Amino acid sequence: MSADSHEAVHRHEAPTSFIRKYIFSLDHKVIGIQYIILALTAVVVGVTMSVLMRLNLSWPGTSWPILGTLFPSGAPGGIMNPDFYLSLVTMHGTIMVFFVLTTAPQGGFGNYFLPIQIGAEDMAFPFLNMMSFWVTLVGFIVILAAILVEGNATVANAIGPYLGGASGSTVGPIGGWTGYAPLSAVGVASGPGEGAGMNLWIVSIAIFCIGSLLGALNFITTLLNMRTRGMTLMRMPLTCWAWFTTAVLALLSFPVLLGGGILLLLDRTVGTSFFIPGGLVFGSSVLTTHTGGSPILWQHLFWFFGHPEVYIAILPGMGATSHILSTFARKPIFGYRAMVFAIFAIGLLGFFVWGHHMFISGMSPYSAMTFSILTLSIGVPSAVKTFNWLGTLWGARIRFTTPMLFAIGFVSLFVAGGITGLVLGQTSLDLPMHDTYFVPAHFHLVMGVASIFGMFAAIYFWFPKMFGRLMSERLGKFHFWITFVGVYCIFVPMHTMGMVGMPRRYAQFTEYRFLDTLHPLIIFVSIAAIITATVQLVFYFNLVWSVFKGKKAGDNPWEATTLEWTTTSPPPHDNFAGALPVVYRGPYEFAVPGAPNDYVMQTEPDVSEMPATEGVGGNGHNGHRQ
Amino acid sequence: PMGRALAVIIWILTLGSVSLFFVKKWWFPEAISSHAAALDRQFLLTIIVVGIAFTAAQIGLGYVIWKFRDRGPGDRAVYTHGSNRLEVIWTVVTAVIFIGLAVMGQSVWASLHFNKAPADSFQVEVVAQQFQWNFHYAGKDGISGRTDPNLIDDSALNFIGLDQTDPNAKDDVVHSVIAVPVGRPVELILRSRDVIHNFWVPQLRFKQDLVPGMNIRVHFTANRVGKYELACAELCGQFHYRMKSFMLVLPAAEHQALMALPQDQFQARITELLAKYELPVYQQ
Amino acid sequence: MATTVTDSRTLSKKGIGGGPKSRPSNGGGLPKRNGHDRAFPDLDSSANRYRIGTWVALASIMMLFTALSSAYIVRAASSSDWQPLALPRLLWLSTALILISSGTLEAARRKLRDATTNAYKPWLLLTAVLGLGFLVSQMLVWRQLVRQGVYVVSNPHSSFFYVFTGVHGAHLLGGLIALSYLSLRKRAPSENQAAVTQAQAGADAVTLYWHFMDLLWLYLFVLLFYVR
Ligand code: HEA
Ligand code: HEA
Ligand code: CUA
Ligand SMILES: [Cu+2]
Repeated sequence: MSADSHEAVHRHEAPTSFIRKYIFSLDHKVIGIQYIILALTAVVVGVTMSVLMRLNLSWPGTSWPILGTLFPSGAPGGIMNPDFYLSLVTMHGTIMVFFVLTTAPQGGFGNYFLPIQIGAEDMAFPFLNMMSFWVTLVGFIVILAAILVEGNATVANAIGPYLGGASGSTVGPIGGWTGYAPLSAVGVASGPGEGAGMNLWIVSIAIFCIGSLLGALNFITTLLNMRTRGMTLMRMPLTCWAWFTTAVLALLSFPVLLGGGILLLLDRTVGTSFFIPGGLVFGSSVLTTHTGGSPILWQHLFWFFGHPEVYIAILPGMGATSHILSTFARKPIFGYRAMVFAIFAIGLLGFFVWGHHMFISGMSPYSAMTFSILTLSIGVPSAVKTFNWLGTLWGARIRFTTPMLFAIGFVSLFVAGGITGLVLGQTSLDLPMHDTYFVPAHFHLVMGVASIFGMFAAIYFWFPKMFGRLMSERLGKFHFWITFVGVYCIFVPMHTMGMVGMPRRYAQFTEYRFLDTLHPLIIFVSIAAIITATVQLVFYFNLVWSVFKGKKAGDNPWEATTLEWTTTSPPPHDNFAGALPVVYRGPYEFAVPGAPNDYVMQTEPDVSEMPATEGVGGNGHNGHRQ
Repeated sequence: PMGRALAVIIWILTLGSVSLFFVKKWWFPEAISSHAAALDRQFLLTIIVVGIAFTAAQIGLGYVIWKFRDRGPGDRAVYTHGSNRLEVIWTVVTAVIFIGLAVMGQSVWASLHFNKAPADSFQVEVVAQQFQWNFHYAGKDGISGRTDPNLIDDSALNFIGLDQTDPNAKDDVVHSVIAVPVGRPVELILRSRDVIHNFWVPQLRFKQDLVPGMNIRVHFTANRVGKYELACAELCGQFHYRMKSFMLVLPAAEHQALMALPQDQFQARITELLAKYELPVYQQ
Repeated sequence: MATTVTDSRTLSKKGIGGGPKSRPSNGGGLPKRNGHDRAFPDLDSSANRYRIGTWVALASIMMLFTALSSAYIVRAASSSDWQPLALPRLLWLSTALILISSGTLEAARRKLRDATTNAYKPWLLLTAVLGLGFLVSQMLVWRQLVRQGVYVVSNPHSSFFYVFTGVHGAHLLGGLIALSYLSLRKRAPSENQAAVTQAQAGADAVTLYWHFMDLLWLYLFVLLFYVR
């Protein structure tokens, strides 16, 4: 290291050892990729579980020998137990919401691109950034441990007793991703999965909260403090606004879940009664150790977090979609300011609608009414965003690249999923709809796939920047077509299932005659799910193949305008090789009349400020058209 | 071609999605409660409004990607950053529609939840437990006997801890099937022994959690005689999916006669009634 | 929704979002940032991030305690098993210790501004000792309660008492670690302006955090024993 006087200049020296460079790296780009890899791993677990769930729902009682081998007591003879199924549901929901949709969009792409897009060399607190990833990874390992502890009889017998008791017949807790007390609070008395699995679940979530908080702290500080010269707030790409708002949501909502998690864990391990009322009876014996707790209190704490969380899951996708739509529409984003206000309005209102998950919980019917009206109000900024996306495409010159296809898919799916929120948000209509498949239909379209489409768009779009090579367009398009049609086929029929009255979190639909009519739909959905899930292999292949064999990308293959495209692909360790860019204009200056190219980079000086000798070519146009 | 293909796919998916709703092959089971008609109307209205919005948005999306594709160098997009007028218009229009729906969506809710049950209601106490329903009928005297969790003894079939020494309990009946009179308001007093459950009869268009530690009072009026399936709609543990029972909606006289029976005869009579009434015929 | 149609014809039209036409000096509002030229490191900027970061962290800590407080209020209102704890006398000592520690820390921070002396050190140490004293005193309160047979599970008020003091104590411990770091670290050479500013910013951040913990304790004290 050089002497003190050089300290500031060289503070971003690239590390040379493998471990500091790729494992315990302080570089936000490496950390971003680590987050994306974590999400790509977690999503494999989540999707696999969803396929197993579908197999059980459509062909109950069928023997799947491999399951029987892996989980002899959870699926004896290969036939899934109901408790095994429910733990799959819980783990699927938890892993998807937390470890996929709270990691890749924010910790992954946000980490990688927020500093670059605002012209910073790194995050404000690189060490915290590294910690936030490793803490999150520990959370993931803890939740995976639940599979082992609860799913393997040997392990369950050996260490289960120290962790609150394990059944050996599940792959984790039974509680749904919402972990309602007292089911989740009283331990093994309430059934399999409520011992070790539930403890590990709570611990994992608590660890995850801490990781996310560290991340959020970093994002907010970085954005406020480290924008480069000329990067005013209103010149930031919409992605940055989305990541920023997401960070604010995370910052204010995760502590609430953490608090609730601490109380729940105390109820379980120490024997307090925050959420456990008195006089509960399990199998003829009264739980005498608890009195007076309030199960609804847990729901309030959970959903105060839970609702902002679903916007945490989608805002970055919205940001990416706006960014990508504008780029491939070759047209400025329509209503930039309105978009910013809408993001903010969604973020703000998102804190006041949590009660819409609790209409039928026994909460005061008057507050239900208030929540309902606020809930439908939150549709307004969402609609504004949708209209602005359509406005962006109006009069555009669209280039149909794979990222663009996914971004368009996002808009389509967001509308499809969002509008059913307007049904669920009405107190009266939630009476028949709550806890039926109408709800999974709603949130899978809007979260399970719209947000995921945002991430697909993001990865196809930024991959060339991250790895210097383009992903295969041909494979990408194939992936898009099947996935787009596939997810509609999976999730649209779930609406009608819900209308018929099919309840969620049922291990089988064999008991009720009113559900018999749904049999063909159930099978149809499962087949669509299996096909769609399988096609994701093409995506993974494309990823790996393109890292090594993809077409060389150049610095600005998409002819885009924002700062990440002014630097090399991949960017150097300090992002801009020593000279931070200066910003002269807004982020989406496409099709500017009179300009030599149809895109004007943010770094391109205004004509009036330019020395006459310099051209107006932009400094990153060594790319090519797709 | 890519744009046109995508547009066509979007339109096909839209058509498919919308028609899934409009063929009505899979739809709500026929309603049997007095508030259901208004609720179904509100649902229909909402689904039409959002259906139109959905269709319009998807058609619009398909249209723009059909129309505005890249036509090679030199031909640029329209250079605009937006329009205040449009922003204001669509903000106001959607706000009016959404808030309007929200306000209209309160009326059934209000009728069910903002009023106490009418005085002549038929009262049943419901005590849910893991994977079983218990309905506690007050019997001839119309007064329920005392219950105490410490008296609960599943092996003695005392699922709700009924105190047999209480004189009011003498004529009380506990059964897993709920029998209510047709056309008369029913008030349920909902309790749970262990975890949260949910009372859900699709035909009633009604759902309510049973929360341990709380006594939740709700009311509705069933107006069609028959036998209906009762499901639990809140995750309550491994056998949540088969926490099933039936709701019998009986003619007044038949119901009154039933309520006058002591426990053992009641049980036999319920078995007869379950056989006598058929489940509704569901579309196949 | 203040978007406008800008049908500009020339490149010189300013960017969207209404940024000023001439280059603004920095990224919006915050003090000077000229990171564009790396020969002049942006002192204010990198120092500021510690202050901003601390405020942001405090917002999230505040949410944690808001959540626990609302749980407290709901739980207190909804039950019949609430037996208010008698106020342990020792808590007054804790309160006094932490209040004084805020004062001594402020003194240390003032002294630190004067870059030439080491006079801040004793004050900083004193603060750390007072902070430790607070934690010890809290611990003694716990011991006392345990001896009286008041445990975490005894009744909801005692549960919340332990939770609040425990979570607050854990956060204070973090502050204590930061304090020790401040007092142990080598003094920045006064000729290195960058390092001095940095050190000052670090000290400001820790001070802010510490004061917040102080206020938080006062709030908890009132909530636990004077709100009914
Ligand atoms: C992100 C969220 C997410 C996603 C993607 C999914 C994906 C899927 N889900 Fe899931 N689901 C939930 C969130 C999600 N789900 C939640 C929260 C619940 C509630 C749990 C509870 O009740 O507590 C639930 C519950 C749930 C149920 C209800 C179970 C029940 O109530 O009994 C069912 C039933 O069919 C189901 C099915 C599926 C299927 C078939 C898929 C998929 O297989 C569809 C195909 C998959 C994809 C198209 C995505 C693939 C993505 C990638 C390959 C990588 C992405 C890229 C990057 C990360 C960079 N899910
Ligand atoms: C990314 C995640 C995400 C997003 C963005 C949303 C968005 C919305 N959600 Fe959703 N929701 C979830 C994820 C999400 N939700 C999850 C995970 C659950 C279940 C949790 C569980 O129980 O496991 C859930 C459950 C849920 C419920 C509870 C249901 C129940 O359990 O009974 C409700 C009720 O109000 C609701 C409402 C809404 C509303 C009103 C919106 C709005 O923000 C939607 C706004 C969007 C639009 C309205 C579409 C675009 C608009 C137009 C095209 C304009 C034109 C339209 C018209 C003129 C009509 N959601
Ligand atoms: Cu009882 Cu589900
Ligand atoms: Cu919500």
